[in-house]
Amino acid sequence: MSLIEIRELSKRYTGDAGCVEALRQVDLNLEEGTFLGVLGPSGSGKSTLLTLLGGLCHPTSGKICIDGIDLYELPGEKLADFRREYVGFVFQSFNLVPYLTALENVMVPLAVRALPSREKRTRAEAALDAVGLGHRCKHLPNQLSGGEQERVAIARALVNDPPLLLADEPTGSLDTETSHEIMGVLSALHAAGQTIVMVTHNRENLDYFDRAIQLRDGRIVEDRHGRSRRLQAQG
Amino acid sequence: MRLETITLSNLRRRKGRLIFLVAGLLLGVGTVVTLLSLSRALTAEAQHKLENFGANILLTPRSDNLSLSYGGIALGGVTVETEDIRQDDLALIRTIPNSRNVAVVAPKTLGAVQLNGKRVLLMGVDPSQEFALKRWWQVEGRPLSADDELVVGSSAARNLGLSIGDKVSLRGEPFTVSGILKQTGSQDDHLVLASLPVAQGLLGKPGRLSLVEVSALCSDCPVEDMVHQISSVLPDVEVHAIQQVVKTRMHALEEFRRFSLTVAAVVLLVGGMVVFVTMMGAVKERTREIGIFRAIGYRRSHIMRLILGESIIVSVFSGVLGYLGGMTVTWAALPFLSEETSHASHGETVSHWLWWHPELAAGAVILAVVIGCLASFYPALHASRMDPSEALRTL
Ligand SMILES: Nc1ncnc2c1ncn2[C@@H]1O[C@H](COP(=O)(O)OP(=O)(O)O)[C@@H](O)[C@H]1O
Ligand SMILES: [Mg+2]
Repeated sequence: MSLIEIRELSKRYTGDAGCVEALRQVDLNLEEGTFLGVLGPSGSGKSTLLTLLGGLCHPTSGKICIDGIDLYELPGEKLADFRREYVGFVFQSFNLVPYLTALENVMVPLAVRALPSREKRTRAEAALDAVGLGHRCKHLPNQLSGGEQERVAIARALVNDPPLLLADEPTGSLDTETSHEIMGVLSALHAAGQTIVMVTHNRENLDYFDRAIQLRDGRIVEDRHGRSRRLQAQG
Repeated sequence: MRLETITLSNLRRRKGRLIFLVAGLLLGVGTVVTLLSLSRALTAEAQHKLENFGANILLTPRSDNLSLSYGGIALGGVTVETEDIRQDDLALIRTIPNSRNVAVVAPKTLGAVQLNGKRVLLMGVDPSQEFALKRWWQVEGRPLSADDELVVGSSAARNLGLSIGDKVSLRGEPFTVSGILKQTGSQDDHLVLASLPVAQGLLGKPGRLSLVEVSALCSDCPVEDMVHQISSVLPDVEVHAIQQVVKTRMHALEEFRRFSLTVAAVVLLVGGMVVFVTMMGAVKERTREIGIFRAIGYRRSHIMRLILGESIIVSVFSGVLGYLGGMTVTWAALPFLSEETSHASHGETVSHWLWWHPELAAGAVILAVVIGCLASFYPALHASRMDPSEALRTL
């Protein structure tokens, strides 16, 4: 069974400026352990797809099942619980809580869980170590570089051991070198078995994905399995 | 790390807002505490004075005749001998509903006796009650303490040529003058005081009373009520209220208290508005952050707890500060509002009436928390209802 099953998913935004069809009848199955790249021009519906996958808003029609759970059938606050247990989010522009240290930021998802405080701390430290930032846990976000903040955000997304990691243009505001570092971190996670869905408009990242879909006007226009030729040539 | 850790860190990092919130609540709670403790201290002072002023209720034997004395001059011969008050009946005063407010019951038996060849008015009193009632009495020598002692009013002492330690005889029985009342400027100056049973024996009125003065401390019930209650247990006795200045002051204080509560309500409302506006601003400012929390899997109730937790901490803090501030202001303002300032030389200043009120302190904190929570409930609800995907889009 696939980890993710998307059926005829549509999302229409109705605003003052009229309707926007952000997603139109999208179908997608994703196996566990896949590193999926979502590509497409700006406004093609990439973020919308990710938001729906993460249970952050409701689709206009269609459904999403993750690990056999029909997301949008979940009652009330259960969707929040689902997010906490099943998905880790890494947002475009790092989104750390400015008044909390790196370690505290990583612990935020654990704050609402009934765990001994020592375990919360060890878990958060382990997550920071996993992204190579164990030595900077006492720093506040504004004392960290962009790449470091991004690593903290990844550590925070992973601290609950979610089956699914969602990342929306995690390298969007980083320079090329730092982008590669972050992609390195994500590949390492993927190598360790993590399922990742990552939105990017940078075709250079194609090398890292083992599956890539291309969106245009809310539709999947291309779905390519396997690594890009360039990476295969290198490997 | 718990939700409270996030709340505390946020407060620590945003001191400006913290100060604003605290100021809003502190002002409100401080005003309430000041006004309440002020009116309380002034009431306590007036109550004390009421006690010092002496009796405010007078019990006399019922008489069917009109009083035939005026300005202290009795038009003798016309008054019919009246039935005295029975001493045993006095116990009934302690059974009235407001018996708690009865401070002093001072029974007296009056009659004329011959002393050193002159007719004087002998008054038998219960010394502990009488001296408690007439605090302005100053005795040279000792107040009454034994059955064979007399205390003599200043005019009586002068007329009779008595001084402390003199031995005299009344109806053949020996007495010692143990004390002389300093001049009071009242009819008390003409009296000879003896203990109640002794005087009753000398006058041939055992168990009979001519007059009872009652001091009732009643700031919240009208003295007329007390009079009515006493009349109903002592139907054969005439009960009168003595109108007093203190009553007027009590009334004024009651007005002050009511006015205070109005002012306090307005200030509290303003404080609540300050909290509301500040919290609303804070929630707007934290939109993105709240979006992150929601995306991470915080429930709406978790967001509510984050915001309300913040206002509870701020409120408790403001409540304590408001209480301390209010008490300080009261302490500073009291001397200007009290009536006793002029003769503070007694060493007993008004701050004497300013106590540590644990229930007022608790009330201040609870009030602050209630106002703080009410004022931030809507902002918290608003925060918890924000659409996380929207919140994350706003950059
Ligand atoms: N909350 C929203 N309200 C209205 N329109 C939206 C909203 N979110 C996205 N859109 C519109 O939906 C379309 C797809 O947006 P998005 O999924 O963010 O695209 P991408 O991430 O690929 O740039 C865009 O036209 C965008 O303007
Ligand atoms: Mg986007």
